[in-house]
Amino acid sequence: MDLEEYQRRARTWLAANAPGARAEGASAEDGVVVAKDFMARLHDAGYSGITWPAEWGGQGLTQAEERAFAAEAAEVTLPTYIFSIGLGMCGPTLVDLGTPEQKARHIRRLLRGEDVWCQLFSEPGAGSDVASLQTRAVPTEDGGWVVNGQKVWTSVAQHADFGLLLTRTDVDVPKHKGLTMLIVDMRVPGVTVRPLRDMTGRAHFNEIFFDDVHIGPGNVVGEVNGGWASAVTTLLHERLSISSGVGMSGQRDNPASFESLRKIVDTTDPLVRDELVELHVRTRALALFNAKLSQETKAGIFPGARGSAAKLLLAELINFGADLAVSLAGPEAVAYEDGGGLAGAIALAPAMSLGGGTNEIMRNIVGDRVLNLPPEPRVDKKVPFKDLKVGTQS
Amino acid sequence: MRLVLSSEQHELRAAVRSFLATVSPPAKVRQDMEGPDGHDHAVYRRLNGELGLAGLVVPEEHGGAGGGHADLAVALEETGAALLPGPLLATVFATIVLSELAGAGGMAVKELLPGIAAGTTAATVGPLPGNRGRVTVTADGTLEGEIPAVLNGADAGLILVVTGGGDVYAVEAGAEGLGRIPLTTLDLTRRQARLTFAATPARLVAEGEAAASGLARAFDLVAVALAAEQLGVLRASLDAIVAYSGLRMAFGRPIGSYQAVKHKLADMHCKLEQADAIVRYAAWAADESPGELPEAAALAQAYVGRACFEVARDHLLLHGGIGFTWEHDAHLYYKRAKSDEVLLGPPRTHRTRLADLVI
Ligand SMILES: Cc1cc2nc3c(=O)[nH]c(=O)nc-3n(C[C@H](O)[C@H](O)[C@H](O)COP(=O)(O)OP(=O)(O)OC[C@H]3O[C@@H](n4cnc5c(N)ncnc54)[C@H](O)[C@@H]3O)c2cc1C
Repeated sequence: MDLEEYQRRARTWLAANAPGARAEGASAEDGVVVAKDFMARLHDAGYSGITWPAEWGGQGLTQAEERAFAAEAAEVTLPTYIFSIGLGMCGPTLVDLGTPEQKARHIRRLLRGEDVWCQLFSEPGAGSDVASLQTRAVPTEDGGWVVNGQKVWTSVAQHADFGLLLTRTDVDVPKHKGLTMLIVDMRVPGVTVRPLRDMTGRAHFNEIFFDDVHIGPGNVVGEVNGGWASAVTTLLHERLSISSGVGMSGQRDNPASFESLRKIVDTTDPLVRDELVELHVRTRALALFNAKLSQETKAGIFPGARGSAAKLLLAELINFGADLAVSLAGPEAVAYEDGGGLAGAIALAPAMSLGGGTNEIMRNIVGDRVLNLPPEPRVDKKVPFKDLKVGTQS
Repeated sequence: MRLVLSSEQHELRAAVRSFLATVSPPAKVRQDMEGPDGHDHAVYRRLNGELGLAGLVVPEEHGGAGGGHADLAVALEETGAALLPGPLLATVFATIVLSELAGAGGMAVKELLPGIAAGTTAATVGPLPGNRGRVTVTADGTLEGEIPAVLNGADAGLILVVTGGGDVYAVEAGAEGLGRIPLTTLDLTRRQARLTFAATPARLVAEGEAAASGLARAFDLVAVALAAEQLGVLRASLDAIVAYSGLRMAFGRPIGSYQAVKHKLADMHCKLEQADAIVRYAAWAADESPGELPEAAALAQAYVGRACFEVARDHLLLHGGIGFTWEHDAHLYYKRAKSDEVLLGPPRTHRTRLADLVI
């Protein structure tokens, strides 16, 4: 089936099946039920795990189909947000690095929405420099691990059944060499999840405490002390999935989009027209870049670190659009009785520049990995972790 | 929609690139741009004899290769990257106009196109959209008036003139009453001239409604072709500064290892990715989706024109003092980029047009 036909079918299916986002006022629990039910139907229809291997429950197609589907999904509103971390990052990491047992146990359930996953990398002292994290995992006699420490900014953890947890397993070697990635069951004793209110007033992310949490054998992803390589795999998927809009939907409902704005502003004012056209140009430029990446992928050229360029551009576009939208709409955008869509958009915009790696980190990656520029001198590569300065110090 | 090159297009790119590297490397560009005509006629002949670039999008029945605009974009990206001097771009513009008028223009197109497509006659068009110029047709069918700036106006063998009434005439280089006054150009690699017409004999190519609709599409295609050249200028500028950033040392390490430099280069790369996607899209629309062409052409000029200048500017600045010297090539890219950005009118005209189409 050619790509356009594939996309047409997806459009038809979505028009008939998209349940819309959780209704305003519905409880979080109801929202999760609706979302899980939708994921099961999405999987039945063949649109969950489009690029994932068929033997583990995916569809065995390419990123081109995935992006084609994402383009259609962006036109409607889907309740898939709580699955975005699992579908975009954790699942693809398991597909790449998981043992057959891990794949058999988790992937189909993840694709059907039976389990929600979260990514437990960042800590209070380690975000951009995530390899300086301090959460400790110590081996036990049964071949498992005991974990102590704290994670933070963990999206959707309040709904999560499992997490990909990055831990320190050796402090006597340099920081990149003593990390191990583990699968953690979020429902076991010792795991405490506390929702953190973010600047939108809602809790998109959480802080997580691990107190003597026991993880059984068979849950290492990749190698023991080879967790950095596993984390890099996750992060690569993260940038690609953010830029391609995996798990994101409802761009049509974005009040700061070109389409929405042109309906509410005075389009006869030449200055307004010029600002709108700038937004249109940037929106089209990025959409075409993403479409090109998907066509290249289909042709066998893996985008790799160029996904970081797309992630950076998306973050800039979202911030530019929200900023412009509030400015164009004027005082009533920031003082309102109901709605407040644009205030919500400007409050949410920074998330796109911070989550998944900051703009500065994306520029470092494009410079180092795409343009092959010389690296910065590093003071942290050879020092044993226990002697390294990390976190916030005064 | 097709945004990636076919294998034939990859071959075309490689062929044009290696041809230009041999026949018109940077040192030769400098030598030619300072010569009497601003280019080497032998290079132009070979470009057409060996690669057939002037006739690339001319239909086969008119002596061309019958290629698509996506192919043309590949070729012009390379000639842009090499800052090829001479009348190729002007000639390509003329072939686009004539090809689009083939239906409307009777014999004139049939007789004029083959020579241009073969590269024996260099041609040009004026005034281009967004450019001033007022030429009228007198009762006896001769031309009167002036066009202040025409690409390769002094060295082209044939000039297509768009009159104030929107008709298209062809004027031979040696025509009576044709004045050609060479201009000083910012872009040293491309000549322009002021043309004056006083009872100048001219041949009608197309008029009225048919001319108008053919020209509208032709000038959109011209905008796409120019964007392809701009993409090449952008890419070459970025490649040059990326290479230099790895070699130039300051404070004991390469300048490319400093984030102030690295981050700027990363942003320039983002512009390249988007400009590339837009050019491929616009060229695809030119070939396959005529309804999308006006918007795609305006988008291409609105985005790529600006991105090209910004990248060329920053590539010059990041070279430091050497970038400001006459000997270094950076200023040639900078000047080409700025000249191209305004070639089809002040940039705001593309934005206005896009606004009118999408808002
Ligand atoms: C909405 C949201 C959702 C998130 N979800 C998750 C999640 O699900 N799981 C998870 O693990 N994490 C998550 N994060 C965390 C996110 O990845 C980090 O916040 C981010 O990587 C930045 O780390 P930090 O907060 O420690 O800031 P820092 O690393 O302290 O950065 C502070 C500033 O320093 C700059 N900086 C740092 N290093 C460099 C450098 N080498 N060069 C130049 N500048 C530098 C940064 O760009 C930034 O401007 C989320 C964050 C947000 C905002």
